[in-house]
Amino acid sequence: MPVFNQSRQTVIKLIFAATFLIIVVRLVILQIFSDKYKLQAFDNAVYRKVIYPDRGIIFDRNGKAILNNTIIYDLTVTPYEVKKVDTFYLCSLLNIDTAEFKSRIVTSILKNGRYRPSVFEGLLSLELQAKLEENIWRFPGFTLVERPIRTYPYNAAAHLLGDIGEVDTAIIRRSNYFYQMGDYVGRSGMEQYYESVLMGQRGIQNLIKDNRNRIQGSWEKGKFDTSAIAGRNLRTYLDIELQQLAEKLMSNKVGSVVAIDPKTGGILAMVSGPVINPNDLTGTNRQKNYARLALDVSAPLMNRATRGLYEPGSTFKPIGGLVALDLGVITPSFGMSCAGAYYGCSKVIKCEHHNPGHAANLRLALANSCNSYFSQIYRMTLDNNKDRNTKKGYARWEDYMNSFGWGERLGVDLPNELPGSIPDTALYNKVYRNQWNSCTNVTLGIGQDKMQVTPVQLANSMCVIANKGYYYTPHFVEKIDNETAKDSLLNKFRVKHEALTHIPDEAYEAIHAGMQDVVESGTARSAKIPGISICAKTGTAEKYTVLDGKRIKLPNNSMFVCFAPRENPQIAIAVAVENAGFGSTWAAPIASILIEKYLTDSIRTERMKDVERISAANLMPSYLKRKQFIADSTRAYFYFNLRKDSSYIKKYLRGYKAGTGIPGNQPAKKQVIHPAQKEVAPNHTIAQSQKTNTGKKENNKNIPLYKKEDHPVVLNDKTRIKSLIK
Amino acid sequence: MRGGSSEISKGIDWLILWLYIILCVIGITSIFAATYREGDDIVKTFLSFKTDYGKQSFFFCASLVAGVVVLLTDSKFFTATANLWYTFGIILLLLVFPFHSNVKGTESIIKFGDAFQLQPIQLCIVFTNLALAKYISRVETDFSRLRSQLIAASIVIAPAILAILQSETGLALVYFSFFLVMFREGLPAIVLVIGFSFAILVVATLLVDPNILAIILTGIAAFVVYIMRRQIKRHKSVLFWIIAIWAICVGIQRFAVPLIFDHVLQPYQVKRIYDTIGKDYIPKDAAAAADIEKNTATKKQDGDYNVKQSKIAIGSGGLYGKGLLKGTQTRYSFVPEQRTDFIFCTIGEGFGFVGSFIFIMIYVLLLFRIVTIAERQRSAFSRCYAYGVASVLFFHIAINLCMTMGLAPVIGIPLPFVSYGGLSLVTFSIMIFILLRLDKDRQMVLR
Repeated sequence: MPVFNQSRQTVIKLIFAATFLIIVVRLVILQIFSDKYKLQAFDNAVYRKVIYPDRGIIFDRNGKAILNNTIIYDLTVTPYEVKKVDTFYLCSLLNIDTAEFKSRIVTSILKNGRYRPSVFEGLLSLELQAKLEENIWRFPGFTLVERPIRTYPYNAAAHLLGDIGEVDTAIIRRSNYFYQMGDYVGRSGMEQYYESVLMGQRGIQNLIKDNRNRIQGSWEKGKFDTSAIAGRNLRTYLDIELQQLAEKLMSNKVGSVVAIDPKTGGILAMVSGPVINPNDLTGTNRQKNYARLALDVSAPLMNRATRGLYEPGSTFKPIGGLVALDLGVITPSFGMSCAGAYYGCSKVIKCEHHNPGHAANLRLALANSCNSYFSQIYRMTLDNNKDRNTKKGYARWEDYMNSFGWGERLGVDLPNELPGSIPDTALYNKVYRNQWNSCTNVTLGIGQDKMQVTPVQLANSMCVIANKGYYYTPHFVEKIDNETAKDSLLNKFRVKHEALTHIPDEAYEAIHAGMQDVVESGTARSAKIPGISICAKTGTAEKYTVLDGKRIKLPNNSMFVCFAPRENPQIAIAVAVENAGFGSTWAAPIASILIEKYLTDSIRTERMKDVERISAANLMPSYLKRKQFIADSTRAYFYFNLRKDSSYIKKYLRGYKAGTGIPGNQPAKKQVIHPAQKEVAPNHTIAQSQKTNTGKKENNKNIPLYKKEDHPVVLNDKTRIKSLIK
Repeated sequence: MRGGSSEISKGIDWLILWLYIILCVIGITSIFAATYREGDDIVKTFLSFKTDYGKQSFFFCASLVAGVVVLLTDSKFFTATANLWYTFGIILLLLVFPFHSNVKGTESIIKFGDAFQLQPIQLCIVFTNLALAKYISRVETDFSRLRSQLIAASIVIAPAILAILQSETGLALVYFSFFLVMFREGLPAIVLVIGFSFAILVVATLLVDPNILAIILTGIAAFVVYIMRRQIKRHKSVLFWIIAIWAICVGIQRFAVPLIFDHVLQPYQVKRIYDTIGKDYIPKDAAAAADIEKNTATKKQDGDYNVKQSKIAIGSGGLYGKGLLKGTQTRYSFVPEQRTDFIFCTIGEGFGFVGSFIFIMIYVLLLFRIVTIAERQRSAFSRCYAYGVASVLFFHIAINLCMTMGLAPVIGIPLPFVSYGGLSLVTFSIMIFILLRLDKDRQMVLR
């Protein structure tokens, strides 16, 4: 019987062989011909932890650190490990309720999964951090994670230093995916401009993780790890004490102060008013203050030194004179008679002075700020050229302006600088349909018309005058620690720009003398400092704004430019104070105090009174209140329309603490109410609108109310299936 | 005693014994690689009963002791008591129903305290093998008769049905490997062919759209009719057979497979089959979804995840592997169940293609050696038993390896001698030792 089935052993052996052949082939495919499994295994098991280096520190000219790194803590949670947590105690520490606790846990599960940590409460205050650190053993699954932030020991220079923040997708894309989500990057100011220097080099630590992302140790004993290299420090020209003084003087004022060392182009101080404290925008304070500052119509976050546009007014006159001298259309002895107005064009330009001979030469004209004289030399600059062609003359004048750094970006080492405005011939051709001459824009000669400059450009032009013809691009950073040839950032600041080349020294002396006369006997007498020869020019620019559909005239902008000492210029300053009247009233003393501080390193006691008076003065324009109100209520009304529920209005109104109905730091607006809102909640102020909430709902039953059910929480699959079963 | 020991070693097939020991050692090493934690005292943990590799070593020693006992037993004892064992096994299986304990996703385990648990369905493999061999080798059995074949089949299928009832489908399938034994003893080849075709048809049903598959089958039928038109002219019955086969095939793919999937198999099992062929399974109702939820929740991760991680582990081994205790996949528990069903990952990742190939070749050598041994037996009982051992081992090895490499659905079948599990090691050891004992007396005719 077994005999005739003997052959079947071959079949069975064949079946065995075939099956194992298939298995071996599969093994070959898996292990030899596909690389993806190796990569996947690497991704599975190796966690590439990025080690962040310390950011570089920024020092002032005297070696004082004007910003520092410190560490603040985030409370993170790993939902998987949360077991037997003293929820009640944790909630009482963080001042939240248990419902909020649960929702935060759910959010972190949805965001990062159960096994990865996510931020539970960011940026803990020192006090809270201390309490949590003591009690962290009560809260398994919660850990305190370090997070580096900046602090500013001098509470100054917020606009210049800028701030750091998490990268967004746009930055990541622009950096060609160099940055990763969660990285910190300079978002403004020098932090942004010198990001590549300050950030240092990130290190990578390869760690082994298990199937639940728990770290098990280092991979390959750290063979492929790279260590982090700290960011390099910046040495700046900034004088932090001068900066502090300037900020003090500019408090409660809209405007800007820029002080430059003409010899090097180094910026000694740069202030933008309203002044903000950089410490208000770091760490825990940022959340509290950022929205308030960002929504303020006086734009405190904007750096007016590089982004504020001002009509230079009379402060332009020395430059107008220099251009005429350089072109050779006048000599310093050129003079004209002025009887209180310029009648050369159909448009009469008034002059402040009537006495004859106040414009007998350049020096006198400058000292007396004669409008007629500078209108005349502007026209001569345009018209008196070889071709007798006004447009060509204008183009040449525009080139001169550009060589001063006006009408184009100077290239200051801050991001987002504005170029100001020196109109092009094309613009005039378009506006006046080619029918224009030197009379059309004659007020350019006295710094008006469409001319707009930033304070830093104004200060730079002073450097040109002080240096007798050249300037260095204004900049903050003198040197980078351990600078190498690869650091090209500073190269452009070491190039000497020759703005004017054809003027003899005597001509400059005439301009300087005229400007010194302004201080000695002219409009800027308040800037006089015994023993220091200051050359200055005041300016006043008219300002209008549109408010409630009406064009209203505002108090004039107070402008002031100067440099000192005349013989060996060490500081050039431009001051612009908005809505402050004549240039001599506020701007001149501010500049003068800064000069005194910088040159003598102290302020005379009698001058201290001025410092106190100026810093105490509140020159915030009155129309801002109205503008703020319009902006706030428009926004509130917008959100009201969005939600159709007035209880949300107060959330979007600044100055009101959510939920309490108690006005915060701006009690002046307690009574305001938008007309549109009155229809909904009659006879109630916004502050009380919470109380009226229920009544309002009854009145508006047909208005669909915002319901939570309309926006259900997105459930994950498991929860969805579970709910299906129920 | 001296005489006794020489008695034991006399006539033993040393190759099988050595292969067996090598495989067990590889198994313990792999379990060690998969579960050893950095910093543990190796000697201490090996000797203690706390770690998995310590336990496995203990069971290996126990198996050797059991092996010696088996070798000392008279070979006639097995033929004499085969049916008794089988009855005992069936009773044990029936006892499972009232006494089973709740262990993850199966109802086939009886627990005695915390330390010891018994899965009768595993033990029953040995008993069934003995009983089948006994039945076929009976003098009065004429295995060419259909009746005998049906009886033999029912001996095999009875425990399989009980296993399915205990939701242990994987082990139930093992019993079907005994058909290889029956094939060797004269079961018509057509049975295997039909079984194989049926499997292909089922897979095709899952992969291809039903209507397209029906069209393809019709096309094949038409093609066969065209090819065989001469024969059809001569015998009309050929056409009838072709049409009948076609009808059965379409019937299976149209009605039988959906019926089995919807009513016979558990939804989570259906999902695993779908996972293997790489298709998404959409539960037909909430109850099915709940079943999947329950079974994936109790088994921690679903089969798809297991297979994916297992493939990554094996694939990342490359040609030479990462070395013992260096595999990141297996060291950091990315592969669930890696000391039991997915133990091959440890070998694949640690020793690469070279190691895995050698490992598989050890199995191949073992299987072919067993077949050779089977053919040299004088008694039908020993031959049938040896073939049974070969078939069971083959089925376990093939399905387990395919499972870890994503070629077969994840059904909990251990890798013989290597996977962690005291009972499975002892069972397979006893099986091998009985074979060795029978082989010692290969000149005898056992009935």
